Amino acid sequence: MKQIVELIINGDSHDVIVEEHRSLLDTLREEAGLTGTKKGCDVGDCGACTVLVDGQPVNACLMLAVEASGKRVETVEGLQSASGALHPLQDAFMRHGASQCGFCTPGILMMARQLLEENPDPTDEEIRFGLSGNICRCTGYTKIFDAIRSAAQEMRTTRETEVTL
Amino acid sequence: MRRFAYHEPSTLEEASKLLVELGDDAYVFAGGTDLLVEIRERLRKVSHLVNIKSIPGIRDISWDPATGLTLGALVTARQLETLTGVQQTYPNFAEALRSLGSIQVRNRATVVGNICRASPSADTIPPLIADGAIIHYYTPQGMRRMPLSEFFTGPGRTVLKRGEIATGIILPAPEANSVRAYIKHGRRKAMELATVGVAVSFVREGNRCSQARIALGAVGPTVVRATGAEAILNGSLLDDDVIDRAGVQAMNDCTPISNVRASADYRREMVNVLTRRAVRTALEATA
Repeated sequence: MKQIVELIINGDSHDVIVEEHRSLLDTLREEAGLTGTKKGCDVGDCGACTVLVDGQPVNACLMLAVEASGKRVETVEGLQSASGALHPLQDAFMRHGASQCGFCTPGILMMARQLLEENPDPTDEEIRFGLSGNICRCTGYTKIFDAIRSAAQEMRTTRETEVTL
Repeated sequence: MRRFAYHEPSTLEEASKLLVELGDDAYVFAGGTDLLVEIRERLRKVSHLVNIKSIPGIRDISWDPATGLTLGALVTARQLETLTGVQQTYPNFAEALRSLGSIQVRNRATVVGNICRASPSADTIPPLIADGAIIHYYTPQGMRRMPLSEFFTGPGRTVLKRGEIATGIILPAPEANSVRAYIKHGRRKAMELATVGVAVSFVREGNRCSQARIALGAVGPTVVRATGAEAILNGSLLDDDVIDRAGVQAMNDCTPISNVRASADYRREMVNVLTRRAVRTALEATA
């Protein structure tokens, strides 16, 4: 059976017709045309398809599109600001060379965004714990950790500046 | 993914009727983190999913010093893991929650789903059994409850009959002077299934032990109580000799198999090591 589902993706409402067995991941990529979210293992192991649903990171492959009806979905396409400026995490990933093939990067960026939202000054151990569901087979995680620490620092500074102003 | 029909009943009664009418290929869908994988990998033939997430009254978490922690079937592992009260009051359960899958998975996976999947290696089951959890379930004849330790009948199997739906669990408030620990053994820290899981819970007065409960995961067709080892601990002073004897006895209380993750002999040996370690961890946590 098909259903019309309203997905609120990166702030925009999309009415998509989906079959009930379709995952949120396939729907994002194939119906909404948002291919930033990557399909890795498709069974919840690798974290490449991590998106935020109502602010919580989940594996989009382990969620049915029909379940996301009316929920707020955030993907890597929504990470940069409306003006087009990169998110500090994206910028830091570029500066630190934190992505090689880049396949795991969208999932890691979304996970890291939520991590820094909850904990603006995480320890290495907290970053490690937060990213333990995101598997990168290229880099090792050193540059990824460097980038996240650097972005966290920058975001804290920005926040302090805003408070002062 | 293999096609299935999807149902979203709004009451337990309706869900139960659907499950009975739709037959053996209909499954309860809550978190879905195991079920969707099993559908995709064709490990389970599923023709109907009965999503219970719209059913009211099974989403709450509540705490009462007299009755303990009550949680509904829709409560996720991550919700509980991030509650300070759970970390402080049930450190063994919190440890098990933290080791289940990943944060992404735990944001979806429900504790009651982890229980009902009835995997011998399920992370949450050993500490819940060691702490005397009670499971509640709906039947067409009315609500029932039973100790979680009696809920499992084999790998992937529980006492639930078609049309019966687990609705929540109660984790009793800790006895005064009770201590507890859970140790999961695997080759990786995250995204790992337990090779062996050992949960212990007991009351101590000084170093004397009573009401010991030891639950062993991944070393039998269901999570099992190490009743022989419990008997050694109960009434004893927890010195090295007693703890060592309990560890050896725990090896005899389990019936592991060999599979891709470990041999039966290795698992048995690790039950010994981890039982001793868990008893000491529980003691140190309150020392």
